[in-house]
Amino acid sequence: MTATMRPTPSACPACSAAPAAETLAARDLPNAQIALSLPTIHCSACISKIERALNDHPHVNSARVNLTLKRASIDAEPEVTAEEMRTLVEGLGYEAHELDAGTLNATATDRAGRDLLMRLAVAGFASMNVMLLSVSVWSGAEAATRDMFHWISAAITLPAIAFSGVPFFRNAWAALRNGRLNMDVPIVLAIVLAIATSLWETMLSGEHAYFDAALALTFFLLAGRYLDHRTRAIARSAAEELTALEVPRATRVRDGVEEVVNVAELAVGDLILVRPGGRMPVDGEIVSGTSEIDRSLLTGETLPVFAGEGQAVSAGEVNLTGPLTIRASAVGAETSLHRMADLVAIAESGRSRYTSLADKAAKLYAPGVHILSGLSFLGWYLYTWDMRTALNIAAAVLIITCPCALGLAVPAVTTAASGRLFRRGMLIKHETALERLAQVDTVVFDKTGTLTTGTPHLTNLNALPRAAVETALALAQGSSHPLAQAITKAARDAGFAAAEVREVTEVPGYGTKGLFAGEEVRLGRASWTGAEGLSQTATYLKIGAAAPLALTFTDALRPGAEEAVQALVNGGKRVILMSGDTTPAVEALAQRLGIPQWVAEALPADKAARVEALRNEGAHVLMVGDGLNDTAALAAAHVSISPATALDAARVASDIVLLGNDLSPIGAACETAKSATRRIRENFRIATVYNIIAVPLAVAGLATPLIAALAMSLSSITVSLNALRLR
Amino acid sequence: MNILTYLIPISLILGGVGLVAFVYTVRSNQYDDPEGDARRILSDDWDDHPKP
Repeated sequence: MTATMRPTPSACPACSAAPAAETLAARDLPNAQIALSLPTIHCSACISKIERALNDHPHVNSARVNLTLKRASIDAEPEVTAEEMRTLVEGLGYEAHELDAGTLNATATDRAGRDLLMRLAVAGFASMNVMLLSVSVWSGAEAATRDMFHWISAAITLPAIAFSGVPFFRNAWAALRNGRLNMDVPIVLAIVLAIATSLWETMLSGEHAYFDAALALTFFLLAGRYLDHRTRAIARSAAEELTALEVPRATRVRDGVEEVVNVAELAVGDLILVRPGGRMPVDGEIVSGTSEIDRSLLTGETLPVFAGEGQAVSAGEVNLTGPLTIRASAVGAETSLHRMADLVAIAESGRSRYTSLADKAAKLYAPGVHILSGLSFLGWYLYTWDMRTALNIAAAVLIITCPCALGLAVPAVTTAASGRLFRRGMLIKHETALERLAQVDTVVFDKTGTLTTGTPHLTNLNALPRAAVETALALAQGSSHPLAQAITKAARDAGFAAAEVREVTEVPGYGTKGLFAGEEVRLGRASWTGAEGLSQTATYLKIGAAAPLALTFTDALRPGAEEAVQALVNGGKRVILMSGDTTPAVEALAQRLGIPQWVAEALPADKAARVEALRNEGAHVLMVGDGLNDTAALAAAHVSISPATALDAARVASDIVLLGNDLSPIGAACETAKSATRRIRENFRIATVYNIIAVPLAVAGLATPLIAALAMSLSSITVSLNALRLR
Repeated sequence: MNILTYLIPISLILGGVGLVAFVYTVRSNQYDDPEGDARRILSDDWDDHPKP
């Protein structure tokens, strides 16, 4: 404070104040950190072209392209917008999408992964050195030389284990404090006991020291942990990128001035403008404007609903025809979109009941190892009354049985399988998702947006008179309504030309009207054209006083939907279609795809309850869905898949995300999951066989450090190689 | 056997140098974009003058 009070020596106070104010302002506004997703870049020329163009921009401080993540990160002055950067890159001929920098920050530095890698490197370095010293001991170093080698080994091992073993110590301590046993407890016990007895032996210039075994054990187990972590980190970063692609922005109207703000800044009572094609950012009430809204993501209905003043809308609904101004009644966590999360939380408690194969193995294994080593200690102590011999043998038993191969058995397979599925366009988000997918016997599909793309497709074009189609085309071609666009596309593809309709005007929420040969023509909702509403998706054309004609639509099938259903049925699985849409629409689709069982007009809670009921019958349910109405069911199912186009909430609730537009990988994924689980079991068996051979030797007191090292390395290597055989 | 007094420290130091080098590469984010770095070396943008 005193510094600001001091009079300035400058003759003109304003001269020194102005630059000071400027630096203050500059400090207030942090530089803009912009991230762009560039899915099409592939070569060094792409990198230099984009980087050069971005760096040449006067307001960009620095820009760097990451080819592995296919992303550009730009550090620019505050006034630069992401939109500006996006158009700049698109001008170069590359596809670019803005990424929400806030969501991505978490992935920027993978601290935990780096930490594991560092520990792995130290363990690797130390174990190589100690192994070299041990080899000379095994090949016959004696007396003073052997003691010296043991002491050097100890000097390397102790600090190395203290640093690299931390993850195991921490996990084991956490388990013990809660009175449980996990895989880490025998690991820590083996490491600690091995080091303690080896130190004791070294002091008494004994023959056997297990420093190399303790380090090799840490190294192999850390390798397993690191593989596991990487697989999950890759999945997490891909999932975050999907979320970051939806930049949460809204247009707020304040005193007649529109401004684009972050959705997080909206408050209850704010007026928000939602343009046609936009999604409602909050729950609210329509203050002005009429339009139609698409609620398929919330309810599964494909039929657009009329929206007028005073009507309530929920976050996630899509505005179709006219601009709407809504007054926010609930924002952020209070919106119906987020309240659905409660349903999800309740449903999810069911899933946590699943115990992974690794945990099952650990439950059998951990007590067994302790008992065996305790018994051999007791037996040898009673037999020889020699503490040293008994402790040495107990340590040997613990080291030889230690779950080195078990620690690698699961991560090696999951890494291989996830990598394979990722290349086919599937993202495995949950660590046990593959194991659960392998058990699936019942598959529940959602309709709208999952089996179908959610874009309508005109079905009765050939049944309509030529004049009607031409009039409809003339009315539809100027509109952005999805049904109008479907008419335009279908009619143009069939070679129709638009009739000369004058004074075409769109009436938001109702349809389009115009004048044709002196008569008024209307294309739009049933009530507006005076038609009897059909139960399927349809729009109506009225020419003058004639009876209105119906144009009917079905949803276009998602590519690969038929193959996916076929593959699942052939695989002997029960396939069920469950939708919130009307009965005829669901029935038609079920017949088209050959799905025998279907449920229509299901509410979100119904879907979850039915999935729950199937579970209680003993079925292992795979749920495939995309909408908000599926979220609870996705979480309640044994395992769940959602397409990349799904709502964020649905993607979060599901275990696997389909990255492409195609559904066909689902069938193959079930097969891959099955063979992966088979490999995991095989790996457990291989590890057990090694134990069965080596344990009697250890209990009999015949094990030497050489045998321990051989058993450990051989079993770890066989297990890793077996994992790579996965097809 | 006196040679061991030289050889063991030398091998440990050489291994340690490798370890420190690896730790340095991890800390300086050299594994963030392996694919891009492999391609960048082929670009001749900064051949005549260093990147500012």
